[in-house]
Amino acid sequence: MIAAVHTSSVVLVVAVFLASAVEMVEALTIVLAVSVTRGLRTALAGALAAVVLLGALVAAVGPALVHVPLSTLRLVIGGLLLVFGLQWLRKAILRSSGLKAKHDEDAIFAEQVAELSGASEQGAGPLAATGGSWRSRWLGPIDRAGAVVSFKGVFLEGLEVVVVVLTLGSTSHDVPLAALAAGAAVVVVGAIGALVARQLSGVPENAMKMAVGLMLVSFGTFWSGEGMHVRWPGSDLAIVALVAFYGLSAWAVVRLLAGRRPAGRRSIPEVEHA
Amino acid sequence: MPERSWPVRSVVAFGRFWVDFLVGDTPELLVGAVVVLGATAAIAASGSIGASGVAVAFLPLAVLCVLGISLARARSGRR
Repeated sequence: MIAAVHTSSVVLVVAVFLASAVEMVEALTIVLAVSVTRGLRTALAGALAAVVLLGALVAAVGPALVHVPLSTLRLVIGGLLLVFGLQWLRKAILRSSGLKAKHDEDAIFAEQVAELSGASEQGAGPLAATGGSWRSRWLGPIDRAGAVVSFKGVFLEGLEVVVVVLTLGSTSHDVPLAALAAGAAVVVVGAIGALVARQLSGVPENAMKMAVGLMLVSFGTFWSGEGMHVRWPGSDLAIVALVAFYGLSAWAVVRLLAGRRPAGRRSIPEVEHA
Repeated sequence: MPERSWPVRSVVAFGRFWVDFLVGDTPELLVGAVVVLGATAAIAASGSIGASGVAVAFLPLAVLCVLGISLARARSGRR
């Protein structure tokens, strides 16, 4: 029993940490782009406002979930995780097999910088007026447009983290542990981002996305089954078996798709920032 | 067209987030998951001997089939 609880907690922490880290890498790309073009103060102001709003959302919705009947909660949340996880897994498999272009943080960073720099050149950004000095980056006025871009980036990516934390946390009866894992991911990605700024393409994002997709689909299968009173052999340990089953299947599918990829066929271009 | 007020814009944006979150460019995954969960619920609720065991085997395999269909659609270049 203790082993099962520990296994469940470990899988929960790993799943939430990786999911949060992937989303935070994407948010950090936008925050760094705002920081370079509109100043660090502007970027942090927008990011901080988003984090506060997301925290309020968790505080408001988290306790309310306790009042929902457990089997209904498991079925609905399991279904949500299943759909969300399948989307991640599908995308990771397509990228691993070369049928879809990999997520390029450098390209997204360059695109954001170009967009924001364009506005700066037209006189809208504070760094354009001050020459973009170190002092102006830290102490310059907060630029509204830049702060909104930073806010939106962090809020939208963070909203997905909130959904993962609340769904996985509530079904595992441990929202605080899930929130802690997400917080750790934010700190780790933030620290790495501060050190390797502008080199986010070095993060093995697709491998992380594959791992998260596998875990979300496994959790989704397990909890939706529990919600329908399916008795899993080995109780919570079945999650590990499900991760192994989906992992082996994904590996086989990647090999199959990569082997059958028509010669000269180009990858489906990346159109969305997800 | 009159400009929407802030609360309306927020609700619309929140709705868009959920549609994008659940449907995105892969509606077959949402539809497939709903069908699979409905079928599993029917098996589990049938009350027959070994129904839970059948559901345990059916659910992961059916989920894998849904993923396979979506990947086949992507490979055929429909999206």
